[in-house]
Amino acid sequence: MTKARRRPSDGVQFLERTPARLLTLYLPLGLIMAFLLFPFYWMTTTTFKPDAELYDFVHFNPLWVAHPTLEHITALFTDTDYPSWWINTMLVTVGATAISLVASICGAYGVERLRFRGSSYVGLAIFLAYLVPPSILFIPLATIVFNLGLFDSDWALVLIYPTFLVPFCTWLLIGYFRSIPFELEECALIDGATRLQILLKVTLPLAVPGVISAGIFAFTLSWNEFIYALTFISSSENKTVPVGAITELVNGDVYHWGGLMAAALLGSIPVVVLYSFFVEYYVSSLTGALKE
Amino acid sequence: MPLPIEAEEAALRSVAATADMHPSVARTASPPQRRARMRFWQRRGFLGVMFILPAGALLLTLLVYPLSLGLWLGVTDATIGTPGKFVGLANFASLVRDSVFQLVVFNTIFYTVVATAIKFPLGLYLALLLNRRLPFKSVLRAVVLLPFVVPTVLSAVAFWWIFDSQFSVISWALVKLGLIDHYIDFLGDPWNARWSVIAANVWRGVPFVAITLLAGLQTIPPSLHEAAMLDGATAWQRFWHVTLPLLMPIVAVVMTFSVLMTFTDFQLIYSITRGGPINATHLLATLSFERAITGGHLGEGAAIADAMVPFLVGAILISFFGLQRRRGRQGA
Repeated sequence: MTKARRRPSDGVQFLERTPARLLTLYLPLGLIMAFLLFPFYWMTTTTFKPDAELYDFVHFNPLWVAHPTLEHITALFTDTDYPSWWINTMLVTVGATAISLVASICGAYGVERLRFRGSSYVGLAIFLAYLVPPSILFIPLATIVFNLGLFDSDWALVLIYPTFLVPFCTWLLIGYFRSIPFELEECALIDGATRLQILLKVTLPLAVPGVISAGIFAFTLSWNEFIYALTFISSSENKTVPVGAITELVNGDVYHWGGLMAAALLGSIPVVVLYSFFVEYYVSSLTGALKE
Repeated sequence: MPLPIEAEEAALRSVAATADMHPSVARTASPPQRRARMRFWQRRGFLGVMFILPAGALLLTLLVYPLSLGLWLGVTDATIGTPGKFVGLANFASLVRDSVFQLVVFNTIFYTVVATAIKFPLGLYLALLLNRRLPFKSVLRAVVLLPFVVPTVLSAVAFWWIFDSQFSVISWALVKLGLIDHYIDFLGDPWNARWSVIAANVWRGVPFVAITLLAGLQTIPPSLHEAAMLDGATAWQRFWHVTLPLLMPIVAVVMTFSVLMTFTDFQLIYSITRGGPINATHLLATLSFERAITGGHLGEGAAIADAMVPFLVGAILISFFGLQRRRGRQGA
């Protein structure tokens, strides 16, 4: 079988024999992986199947694509507003992520490094804000968005998304800033640097991994956001990918599964690509936020 | 906006720098009130407030204010277009008698309890598997987290298709294997629909539980296991008496988050069933959306959302005390 390199952290696991490993490790792991990956496989094959094959399980094996086609993808780009949903989602995501990162970097620095009176309570308040779910905020936010005249505008989303991004990013960055030795900042202070100069030229360059983690997480959270986009946006050309796919691609009782799966597949690509490049950062932000 | 003040502070500091070098010049260059202002700007309290102002202002106007507005809307008869007037607890009184609301409370509790009860053992099991000696460990870990990373709504659409009544691949496979003789109506029957959405929720939640618990497992020193093994402990005893107690603090935190996300779930239900059939899969969040936004009764919808608050507070308290206990342990 496979010979993985032995590490001290593996402890006494080398005592296990291959048949036992096969039964207690590879088999259950394989089953769970199949369960976790099957929906992606099904999504992908459906995207490339022609309709004739899609609804005929007698002549074609549904697990395989006999005649791959791009018709669902081209239909998505020519017959629907899919390209503009994609662009909207990208603009909203980038805007909201940028605003959240700037606000969170300043906020986290203020709480962690300036240690003014009450800063620990501010830190706690930010953690609590992180626990408020969008499901109880969307109704009052809808009235606020309406009163601001931002209803059916993507700007509403750019403004609202930071409400769940800032608490998370700030919480993560507070932990990250804490790991940077403050002696470096003292040196800069003695050399006459202002707090903003210290943040920009000393602390931030050292905190780049933390900022990337926060940025990746903020990007995926806003790309995936649904309930606010569903509530605040009504016209098709302003919708985001998740909302557009659910509301615009279903005509009455006729479901175009090929088109829906193509929309789902293409809508997942940006986050999956970003995730695959920065997977370590993503995992560290996911676990780091819980550890702090 | 901290920028202009910071710039002014920089200017004042350069004045201070020259003042340090030439005290006589400084005395003439900066009059007393100017020095007082300078000291004010360098105070930590003021600087701290300036730094947290962008985040603070945003959260106060778009999180704290809406939260209190939501509580207020719950005791009014507001509709879309009218601000509504105070009606006391009338919304809650009518909800308690509303058979749909009663069913939805049951659905939400059932969904949360069952999904969590499946997610945690499965997630912990997967974490334990991934913590063993494995080739391509980091690749496997990256792949495991995929269901959590992709947009929930889009993967929910895939589940909708998997649970299709006529072309479900699960039914097809079971018929081929000879286990059933006709296709299962996954989303048409109340109990089938409940189990189907729970399956989709478990699929999405297991990676989160597994990866966060894996991070916890990696902090447990293997020497403890070796010591237990030398003392003759079986694998099960090592899990029960070594791994689990050390993992408990992080399990508490992860469970709080997971329960919170499941209890307030909206996306999965809205994408797969929209609450049907006959409200069998409606949760508090989806019912609140239906009454407030689709139906236009903001007050009633807000009251349903408010009904989630006591639960939310409970979850926050558990998480908070979980964190406290963890801190204590680290200190000890």
